[in-house]
Amino acid sequence: MTEKKGRFGAFGGQFIPETLMNAVIELEEAYNKYKEDAAFQEELRDLLNNYAGRPSKLYYAKHMTEDLGGAKIYLKREDLNHTGSHKINNVLGQVLLAKKMGKTRIIAETGAGQHGVATATAAALMGLDCEIYMGKHDTDRQALNVYRMELLGAKVHPVTSGTMTLKDAVNETMREWTRRIDDTHYVLGSVMGPHPFPMIVRDFQAVISKEIKAQMLEAEGKLPDAVLACVGGGSNAMGAFYNFIEDTSVRLIGCEAAGLGIDTKETAATMATGSVGIFHGMKSYFCQDEYGQIAPVYSISAGLDYPGIGPEHAYLRDSGRAEYVPVTDDEAVAAFAYLSKVEGIIPAIESAHAISYAMQLAPTLTKDQSIVVNVSGRGDKDVAAIARYQGVEIYES
Amino acid sequence: MNHKKAQEYIEQAFSKGKAFIPFITCGDPDLETTEKLVYAMENAGANLIELGIPFSDPVAEGPVIQAASERALKAGTTTDKIFEMVEKIRVQSEVPLAFMTYANLLFTYGLDKFLSRCKECGICCVILPDIPFEEKGEMLDKFWEYDVKMISLIAPTSAERIQKIAAEAKGFVYCVSSLGVTGTRNEITTDVAAMVARVRGVQTIPCAIGFGISNPETAAKMSEFSDGVIVGSAIVKLVEEYGRHCIGPVCDFVREMKKAIDGME
Repeated sequence: MTEKKGRFGAFGGQFIPETLMNAVIELEEAYNKYKEDAAFQEELRDLLNNYAGRPSKLYYAKHMTEDLGGAKIYLKREDLNHTGSHKINNVLGQVLLAKKMGKTRIIAETGAGQHGVATATAAALMGLDCEIYMGKHDTDRQALNVYRMELLGAKVHPVTSGTMTLKDAVNETMREWTRRIDDTHYVLGSVMGPHPFPMIVRDFQAVISKEIKAQMLEAEGKLPDAVLACVGGGSNAMGAFYNFIEDTSVRLIGCEAAGLGIDTKETAATMATGSVGIFHGMKSYFCQDEYGQIAPVYSISAGLDYPGIGPEHAYLRDSGRAEYVPVTDDEAVAAFAYLSKVEGIIPAIESAHAISYAMQLAPTLTKDQSIVVNVSGRGDKDVAAIARYQGVEIYES
Repeated sequence: MNHKKAQEYIEQAFSKGKAFIPFITCGDPDLETTEKLVYAMENAGANLIELGIPFSDPVAEGPVIQAASERALKAGTTTDKIFEMVEKIRVQSEVPLAFMTYANLLFTYGLDKFLSRCKECGICCVILPDIPFEEKGEMLDKFWEYDVKMISLIAPTSAERIQKIAAEAKGFVYCVSSLGVTGTRNEITTDVAAMVARVRGVQTIPCAIGFGISNPETAAKMSEFSDGVIVGSAIVKLVEEYGRHCIGPVCDFVREMKKAIDGME
């Protein structure tokens, strides 16, 4: 699918300062080498299975299916992974790679804190120094995850520049990487940034769709009619979509964070409201103004509160292979509560965006059809924020 | 309006001893001050002036220029208003002018429109820190078409890349003195002389050094083995401190820096 090196159609590329060029070239060479290295792949498989708990379950959501009255709904339980989200898949791969490359220190950005927690975990496991950059606004709304990272031995830097959210955390991590490259690997958390990151992160997350495919063939004897996942930068969605791209009967649906709605400025729905631009190392879709100033986006979900989207998603959208739909805060919060009550599964507020669209889609399909929703993370981290959103005061003792 | 060719501006900039190249962010604190600063810095000895077009997310900048970009954008500065200001400047001054900004601002404005306006108002170079060698191809034809030079940057980590970057460089070569982002530094530890020597092995156009130069001593040292020095954060700090009253302090600083590098002649 990559036409030119590091490109997905017109999207992708390496729009970064010269200072970082040799670092991404070195990374690409190392990745290509270890991708073919049986011992590396075996070590990674062992970590994924015995440390992270893969394969993750594909759960038939019987009550949800009966309640909605349409397609059979399956939930891919990435929330059951160690550290509570899909982020661990990519992080174990990248940190292992960094270690093989002789790096002794890793840095990463985080939004909701899921990627930061996963990175701090892998760093603790493999004995590397770890520093995490997180927007000040997010360290406030996800304070528990900050403490979790510190407990794991990471240093957390609250980022006070710009909008103090995920985009600014990425800016600051990139700046830090230009300051210190020799011993440091930047563990980018999504299918974004300069090549080779979108490719590497996709490959490490593709285990999700590989498992879904095998699990669906076992459960239903056929492929699903649709795969749904939430998208911010787009890593869990890319992982859930990747092995279905060639199976054109499978609809691929990315659920974006619309915040207060796509007709307001308080939104993070890049596909619905953005335009093509060049930012964070890549050509892709971004929320921006007529002059190319990146827009301050908003979503209740810190993990989807990002003004861009990975370049392969931009390509899948423009080529018509995948669809992207906006889901508002209100809809996501309703889905968060719904899944908790109906199936006893509290999803991450990010994942609740995909659950919400599944609730709309399933009744429009027939009972012999099936859909898979990627539950990218668990919702423990969001409980206090959702309670506040619903006007409930919670005091943690 | 017909201005000089880009090459003539560049020759002008590097023909009066070592070039002193100050950077300011357009619209910080407002465009009237930016315009006044251009005239005043020219009189104080600046040979080429780098005008920063503010971007919301300047990933190559340290805290000083980040804050300046934020102030400028809050004050309502836009690419269109900056072009209008440069048109006004060109009525009074033929000082060589370069833009420094990020790829997205050109891409979103429209490359043709942006570069044709550069040509119309005599902007000789554009410096884009997020367009490395690998990505310049897509834009280069347009730069050629509108006679604007895209400036190539080399970094302390460039190593064997220096030769290929320098070989294709146009206008002048921008040598990044230090790792990290823009900002004042107490000293520069990179062997910049070796970097410049590698450039000179394949290229005859001028070499200017930037990032971290903030005092006359460092400027003098860097100019010993290069054709000019670029100073940003140290000047932007003065603009931050004095606001609309920054003209005097900035001029004093420019004069002192120019004198320091001329002393090396």
